Amino acid sequence: MADTRLASRQGELIDRSRQVSFTWQGAEVSGYAGDTIASALFAAGTRVFSRSFKYHRRRGLMCCAGQCPNCLVNVDGEPTVRACVTPIEQGMTVSHLNAWPSLNRDFLHLVGRLTPSFGMQVGFYYKTFIHPRRAWPLYEKVLRNAAGLGKLDPEHRRTDRYEKIHRHVDVLVIGGGEAGLEAAAEAAEAGKHTALVDEGLALGGYLAWGGPKGHARLEELLGRITAAGVEVLQPAFAGGVYEGLLVPVYQGRTMHRVRPAELVIATGAIEQPLVFGNNDLPGVMLGTAARRLVNQFRVMPGEEAVVVTSSDEGFDAACDLTDGGVNVVAVADARPNADGSRVEDAGIEYLPGFQPLQAKGSKAVSGVVVTRNGESRSFGCDLLVMAGGSVGHTAFVTQGGGTIRYDRERRRYVPDSLPKGMRVVGSAAGTAAAAGAVPAKAPKTSCKQMVCFCEDVTTKDIGLSLDEGFRSLELSKRYTTVTMGPCQGRMCHRNSGLVIADELGLDPDAQRVGVTTARAPHNPTSFSLLAARGYEPVKRTSTHHWHAEHGGKMLWAGDWKRPYDYGDAQSEADAVHESLGLIDVSTLGKLIVRGPDAAAFLERLYPNRFGDMKLARVRYGIVCGDDGSIIDDGTVARLSDTEYYVTTTSSGAGGMEQWFTWWNAVWKMDCEIVNVTSTIAAFNLAGPNARTALQGLTDFDLSNEAFPYLGAGQAQIAGVPCLVLRIGFVGELGYEIHLPSAAAEHLWEKLMEAGEPYAVKPFGLEPQRVLRLEKMHIIVGQDTNAESNPLEAGMPWIVKLDKESDWIGRYAIEWYKNRGDRFALVGWEAQNGKVPVEGTQVIGSDGGPAGRITSSRFSRRLGKAIGIAWVPLSMSEDGTGITISDPSGATIPATVTHKAFYDPDGERLRS
Amino acid sequence: MSFILTCPNCGPRAVDEFSYGGEVTTRATSSQDDRALFHYLYFRTNTAGDQREWWFHSSGCREWFQAERNTTRNEVLRVGRPGELAGAEAVPDAAAASEAAGG
Repeated sequence: MADTRLASRQGELIDRSRQVSFTWQGAEVSGYAGDTIASALFAAGTRVFSRSFKYHRRRGLMCCAGQCPNCLVNVDGEPTVRACVTPIEQGMTVSHLNAWPSLNRDFLHLVGRLTPSFGMQVGFYYKTFIHPRRAWPLYEKVLRNAAGLGKLDPEHRRTDRYEKIHRHVDVLVIGGGEAGLEAAAEAAEAGKHTALVDEGLALGGYLAWGGPKGHARLEELLGRITAAGVEVLQPAFAGGVYEGLLVPVYQGRTMHRVRPAELVIATGAIEQPLVFGNNDLPGVMLGTAARRLVNQFRVMPGEEAVVVTSSDEGFDAACDLTDGGVNVVAVADARPNADGSRVEDAGIEYLPGFQPLQAKGSKAVSGVVVTRNGESRSFGCDLLVMAGGSVGHTAFVTQGGGTIRYDRERRRYVPDSLPKGMRVVGSAAGTAAAAGAVPAKAPKTSCKQMVCFCEDVTTKDIGLSLDEGFRSLELSKRYTTVTMGPCQGRMCHRNSGLVIADELGLDPDAQRVGVTTARAPHNPTSFSLLAARGYEPVKRTSTHHWHAEHGGKMLWAGDWKRPYDYGDAQSEADAVHESLGLIDVSTLGKLIVRGPDAAAFLERLYPNRFGDMKLARVRYGIVCGDDGSIIDDGTVARLSDTEYYVTTTSSGAGGMEQWFTWWNAVWKMDCEIVNVTSTIAAFNLAGPNARTALQGLTDFDLSNEAFPYLGAGQAQIAGVPCLVLRIGFVGELGYEIHLPSAAAEHLWEKLMEAGEPYAVKPFGLEPQRVLRLEKMHIIVGQDTNAESNPLEAGMPWIVKLDKESDWIGRYAIEWYKNRGDRFALVGWEAQNGKVPVEGTQVIGSDGGPAGRITSSRFSRRLGKAIGIAWVPLSMSEDGTGITISDPSGATIPATVTHKAFYDPDGERLRS
Repeated sequence: MSFILTCPNCGPRAVDEFSYGGEVTTRATSSQDDRALFHYLYFRTNTAGDQREWWFHSSGCREWFQAERNTTRNEVLRVGRPGELAGAEAVPDAAAASEAAGG
């Protein structure tokens, strides 16, 4: 296929020494390194790249610059990839997006043929598919299949890692054309950290694709940015401009969230299509596209060409095409009085004042008819180049909070007010010479005249929307979807405004038509990039790997990974009751409160009393918000007169650190709060044999007399300095051992060894939940919510309303006390052996919901289903019969109980 | 929100690094006046303009500070450690606080 290429020339992007092959629609195609998918396919003879959104019309390359929707393809399973800006890679699989059964024989094309008699114009869906109403689900299914661009594969699993990077630079330049390179070089030369983003395969903009004459200037600029150390992100694209000039830059598998001190918009100008019949046939392309193919990829865009233009850019295209060996038959210039000597000198027929009427051909362009005041000329060609003048690309200006205005002199929108920190340079600022574009008041023809190529909106559709009363650009946009497609108006902002002005009889050079808003994302953006890895790393305890290696089923518990169980939750719970179990509770939040005011600080923060605590004792406490709701719970051990060791729930660790430090930021008491959650590991060794097993590892006297229930002692265990808390969340004799996490694995293994004679079992989260439920110990956040106060939650004994100091939650709890309880948190036992589902309701006397089940488990030890529920006060007496709903529709009778289900007097804890 | 917030300890940083603590409020001092108590607990000014508020530098120094921010422009006017800004008889926003602590 190499013979379709033009002779090698300096400035071409391709490396002819390196062949790269890939597949297109299952067939192998090869191109050169440096080719885009589009240039390689075009060189290999492909002319149809996609089918259009609605009518499934054949579409070929139009812009070759990543602007239009015509070359969106599927690459290796990723839909809506722009073939014209995506480099080829060896072995990539490329296919079309939305044709059936194939790109060349698309059955869905028939819908386009049905028009206009059947009418698939604007509003077609709404008008046609509402009768009969009940058939809509069927219609919808068919229509959803027919419309749209590409499909997401629900089975697709991403294998690559996508990253987010936060970047702060002094200057970010969007666009690597002449103006962008100049701005970047200047900034970097002034010592500013400068980054430049460009989505092309080569920097330079028109200096790169406009032929050899720009090369010297380009070399100079590239030399300057290299010397000045500009960081170049390429190929990459800016997805939009957000608050505070935050710019997401997508580059390969990385999303850079760039926050520049100064943002330079150097996005240049975008050449516009002309509106005429069949202006979307394959073979009709923009002048800049044809020049890119010739100058950068050295591909002949056609054999015989006609150029239709309304600006001098058409002359440039004609000259470059001639230079590339294309026979340019004629240049039709819509301007009656322009100077066409350039093309005439090149031996090309110049037709001033001629506008295109329609392109001829069914599957590809075969000719064109141009007219002037009723006079028409017809030409045969296989390439029809349209050069409708360029408009500045200002989408990022408006997205960043700037405004644009219509400049009558220059006949284009230019930036008006700019947000602080933004600068616009080059053609985007409207500085390029006026295009001199005349309004493309298209001659009438029966062929489809595309205005919006993304959404298949024709001049007729826009006219119809105006006739139906949507008499403004904004309303017409909402009705016809013009400017709403992937290009966000880059190919149709100008033309839709002109068509509407024409229809409404407005002067298009006046500002009355307006311009719609171009929104982010600027280009099709992969979900994988948007969902790239965040910054919340998983937390693993120091003994994580031991658990994983010993059958621990690791699951998420807040930020942590914890073992759900080690394969048999029931047996693990039995081991704790009967002999010995060991659980890793390192996930508990751990705070040290230290200083002369430590006691007073805790007195003010908790409803409990802590000032009267004896040394070496531990006490259960709850933390309330100032609204009296329970927000956390845990234990507080007094290590010295001025030092307390506080544990919080696993999920509450970060929040409690914030909570403690927040209040101390207000009170400024003489104490410090240190979060030692991750530096201290903790294990709970529990079961009737806990003392005997542990005593073998320490000289610390563990006897009940020396170290009773709720004692806190500092002990050397297996050579490790530990803080031992004698508490009993799981209802048996137990020692919660806190130790430096560096020694965690060592001590865990020593404890397992010491427990071996007692058949010790490690136990996971699930058995712990059953064990705590047997003791009716609550889990904050599961058994309580934002409305749960400690009085109603059955813990009035914790609340010390007679404390002399003020404390957080005091006034709300006083208020609740005055009001009286309405609900109560109670235990219940099911009476028919069924286990209620957590979250189901307690049914009231009227048959409606009266309460809710917060915890529910079957206890093998007790041989029954037990749980915790919020019930109204009228149902809260010990022994009250309640009825629990079940998703099956049946109900479960249960009895309210106040005392713990297991060991209600706590004898085992104290043994 | 995507603006730069200047931590009194760490300097200018992206707002993503911080946790918002809500409006600076004044704590109720008794349970006797329902209206005052509930106003403190549940009502917020929701200012469209300059507002004094709490911030916690959760991905930085993990210290609380206060900022004055224009909520319509997201422009931070000044920041200070607790007590540094005038009239800081202020306590945590009870509603935002419970939420933060619960999370």
